[in-house]
Amino acid sequence: MPQEKIVTLRVNGKEVKFIAPAHRTLLEALRHEGFVEIKCGCEKGDCGACAVLLDGNPVDSCLTLAWHAEGSEVTTIKGLGQPDNPDPLQTAFIETGGAQCGYCSPGMIIAARALLNDNPNPNLADIKKGLAGNLCRCTGYTRIFEAVELAARKMRKESEQS
Amino acid sequence: MLPHFELSQPKSLSEVFGSLAAGKGRPFAGGTILVPDLRGGSETSRRFISLAQIDALRYIKHEETGTTMGSGTTIADILKDQGMVSAAPALVAASDIFAGAMVRTAATVGGNICCGSPSADTVPSLLTLGAAVTLCSEKETRKVPLNEFFLGYKKLILRPDELLTAISWRPLQPGSAHLFYKLARRKGDAITVTGVSVMIAVSGNICSEVRIALGSVAPTVFRADQAEDLLRGQILTSELIEKAAKAAADQCRPIDDNRASAAYRLQTAEALVRRLLTQAWQKASTT
Repeated sequence: MPQEKIVTLRVNGKEVKFIAPAHRTLLEALRHEGFVEIKCGCEKGDCGACAVLLDGNPVDSCLTLAWHAEGSEVTTIKGLGQPDNPDPLQTAFIETGGAQCGYCSPGMIIAARALLNDNPNPNLADIKKGLAGNLCRCTGYTRIFEAVELAARKMRKESEQS
Repeated sequence: MLPHFELSQPKSLSEVFGSLAAGKGRPFAGGTILVPDLRGGSETSRRFISLAQIDALRYIKHEETGTTMGSGTTIADILKDQGMVSAAPALVAASDIFAGAMVRTAATVGGNICCGSPSADTVPSLLTLGAAVTLCSEKETRKVPLNEFFLGYKKLILRPDELLTAISWRPLQPGSAHLFYKLARRKGDAITVTGVSVMIAVSGNICSEVRIALGSVAPTVFRADQAEDLLRGQILTSELIEKAAKAAADQCRPIDDNRASAAYRLQTAEALVRRLLTQAWQKASTT
């Protein structure tokens, strides 16, 4: 029998508890708990489909052991915003057509959110660098970059007004 | 699914040394290399010691005598540290284009060094800083020049009971330049085809110190010491730089792989050494 442990963490503000062996990744564990908005892509840290925020920092959940997330706060795309209260990035992806098949979008938007948290005024080179760990096979990236620029512009405008 | 493995989770550094001495497995740091290797089958160990809870390995300290960073420092930590911009400009440049944002959050400098890969992107700029690594076990602590740490392809002088705990280097002299260039098939999230770092210090119009390191063009990242010897104490003319670039290329032992041919690597190694030496000489001469 493999070694198992109870892992307790918070996902989008709610406590989640599960039993996991050492070799269980955060991706596998959270999808099993119903957080299927986290996508499984390459499983080697190349594609970014599985990106989540772990205590505010972007990580590939396929490379993170569930045990190592003990006590942490995980944010998925659903934690950023819901249809009635979307994140400006989610709105911008809809407006520019930054989502086509949509499989990369959760990870792409998580990485974009991490970028904007660090740098609210990124230029195109900053955006490309910030999203270098996320692959999209539909859009050719142009509309994704536009979406991030648009969201950043809107957020800056809002913070100036408030 | 990953293969089943055992993971011990020590809470202190001394517990880690105890676990290593007791043969409880290999260190598990950021996991960005280990997890894909486990999944792909190239990692065959099934017992690991987690370093995730060891905060004592995660620090950056700038002092008058130099900079020390814990081996658990992540690539993202390097980019967030203001002091690194002057303490190790080429390391910052390498960190800036290291994999993608998610990997930068998790990957540690110690892991990048200890994976022993010739394409480890932090290593060339640490070599040109003249960095040393601190290796600790239950029994002893030794400090070894990073230049002597790599014995061959993924072969290290690190013993199974030892942990690389820190990386340190003396400050760059005033009037010096420290550069890194990564040639790869894409600008981001790509494995290096040819990586070059150069450090040049200029004093009284001559090159008082020079270090050249190359990645991905030999079984290990290495210092092109024969090229360095041609330049030390000299005024760097374009002829001399040309000669040094050729000497550096002569020291390369590249292979063909799915990223580039050996011939392309040789040619780009020479071109990049020439380019970086020229840039560094100009930069160091004017600061």
